[in-house]
Amino acid sequence: MILRLAIGSLWARALTVGMTVLAIALSVALFLGVEKVRTGARASFADTISGTDLIVGARSGSVQLLLYSVFRIGNATNNVTWQSYQDIAARPEVDWIVPISLGDSHRQFRVMGTTQGFFEHYRYRGGRSLEIPEGHGLDDLYDAVIGADVAATLGYAVGDPIVVSHGLASFTAHDDQPFRVAGIIARTGTPVDRTVIVSLEAIEAIHVDWQSGAQIPGQTTPVEVIRQMDLTPKAITAALVGVKSRLQIFGLQRWVNEYPEEPLLAVLPGVALGELWQIVGVAETALMGVSVMVVVTALLGMMAMIFSSLGERRREMAIWRAMGARPATILGLLVLEAVLMAAAGAVLGLALLYLGLALARPWVDAAFGIWLPIEPPAARELWVLAGVIGAAALASLLPALRAYRLSLADGMMVRI
Amino acid sequence: MTEPALALTDVAFAWPGRGGFSLACPTFEMAPGESVLLLGASGSGKSTLLSLVCGIVAADAGTVLVDGTDLGAMRAGARDRFRAERIGVIFQQFNLLPYARVADNILLPLRFAPERRARAGDAGTEAERLCAALGLPGDVLATPAGRLSVGQQQRVAVARALIGAPPLIVADEPTSALDAETQDTFLGLLFTQAREAGSSLLMVSHDERLGARFDRVIRLEEIVTTERLAA
Repeated sequence: MILRLAIGSLWARALTVGMTVLAIALSVALFLGVEKVRTGARASFADTISGTDLIVGARSGSVQLLLYSVFRIGNATNNVTWQSYQDIAARPEVDWIVPISLGDSHRQFRVMGTTQGFFEHYRYRGGRSLEIPEGHGLDDLYDAVIGADVAATLGYAVGDPIVVSHGLASFTAHDDQPFRVAGIIARTGTPVDRTVIVSLEAIEAIHVDWQSGAQIPGQTTPVEVIRQMDLTPKAITAALVGVKSRLQIFGLQRWVNEYPEEPLLAVLPGVALGELWQIVGVAETALMGVSVMVVVTALLGMMAMIFSSLGERRREMAIWRAMGARPATILGLLVLEAVLMAAAGAVLGLALLYLGLALARPWVDAAFGIWLPIEPPAARELWVLAGVIGAAALASLLPALRAYRLSLADGMMVRI
Repeated sequence: MTEPALALTDVAFAWPGRGGFSLACPTFEMAPGESVLLLGASGSGKSTLLSLVCGIVAADAGTVLVDGTDLGAMRAGARDRFRAERIGVIFQQFNLLPYARVADNILLPLRFAPERRARAGDAGTEAERLCAALGLPGDVLATPAGRLSVGQQQRVAVARALIGAPPLIVADEPTSALDAETQDTFLGLLFTQAREAGSSLLMVSHDERLGARFDRVIRLEEIVTTERLAA
């Protein structure tokens, strides 16, 4: 009966209670949404590379190496000579090695030179390999395989010509040597979707007439001549390495890091990701902090609402007291009302979250490559909801204690 | 041989703070089943006296016996329970929780008083019987109390005070919100039902015209002395 009366009392104040519940719901949805995006982003990042034991590049920071080699964010400060690459490839621990050459672009997308090995060894989302449902892989020198986003954004189909620009955001194009879209990779949710993949030799070929980053004036070697040339690269940007036994990872890593001919760096993708999280973690914590503050604000709003309702409810409290309710019952009643409001807010917030997820998911996936899973609330989220309800109960204690004292002083005789 | 329904002896009480209002009541008794009208203007100590009788506050000195039980010997929580068990309260107006159904309003005191609930028997049927006896429409129990007229609300308050037949009914100007005609009907119903339940009725009012129905009419100043110290 007390519960029914509490619900009745809340229902009678539907407008103010509704606003309070809505505020709690929005704050809960925001908090859980931030959580979702955060874990979704982490999972998407962690899913980007799997099966690769070491990433090798010129010596810089491990996070930087990870970012430019795997996520195509930022640039390499230096290259790895072909000689070093071959020395590493010759190590007995190495099972497979895939060179990567970056630096050119097509429209807003990066161009990556690599070998057939990339399609064989690159794994994402727990061991899935790349699939080319349309067209084929890199067969000809001027074949380009494009990611799903590239195809979708630029409207490319298999067979379309592609002209690669020199450098990033540059106006000089390698228009003397156009490529052809040979295949389109099925969507992966990784940076591969936003990459144009060509062969390592092709990268070399389009730079035949170039020196120190500029085209040699007046010199254009005909394509037929280029096809006959030795197109072994002089340098690559980075290499993905798989070892024969996981036990050998650290040995090979040390060997690469101590390589005497050239300053190189080998990192474990997982370790570098961990370092990345440490950097991103500050922003994550800040974001979490903000959303916690929003929840706190909503609860403070509820507290203010209860406080302001006490004045007009003194008569009601007096009735309860006259009927034999103890001041403690009054306190419990107010806390119960707060818990009911918070619970309604939590449930509504959860509903808003799922609605928002359902609406935003395709867009977030397309724009950021972050896949937000829609699944029943995890234990952690349920704990968050329970925490919000508990915090509401705590927050309501203050006005409830005031009501307790008021009802002690007023008794059942309120003069209004 | 029977215990008085209410007995105050050498009671002294002062509100903490509140401008130092204090009240003393050397002696006052009510027999079981007796109806008493206390006449007093506002500020004459009515509210304080009722608070003492209902056990909202405890006397600083002296004894307040309700149905033979000394309220002063009880802790605050026990007094609250005792009030729910033994006393039915009717206010001037705004007696009911407006958002709750009439049935919930009537049954509310039983929620805090298991013995009185047992006395009431089947509480739902009893509430129905009281409403019918008080001339309330048949479907009133399921109606939210806030939808009723003031007169109907006062009758529901009577039903709530009488359910489970508590030994003492305390009414604080229950008719002042009603017009003269309804006042009379209301008092008639209240008296009939109180007599049927065997409850004593202590009513406070400033209206001398109500006196005719009561066994005794007492002016408040005859039994209490009050003092208000300058704040």
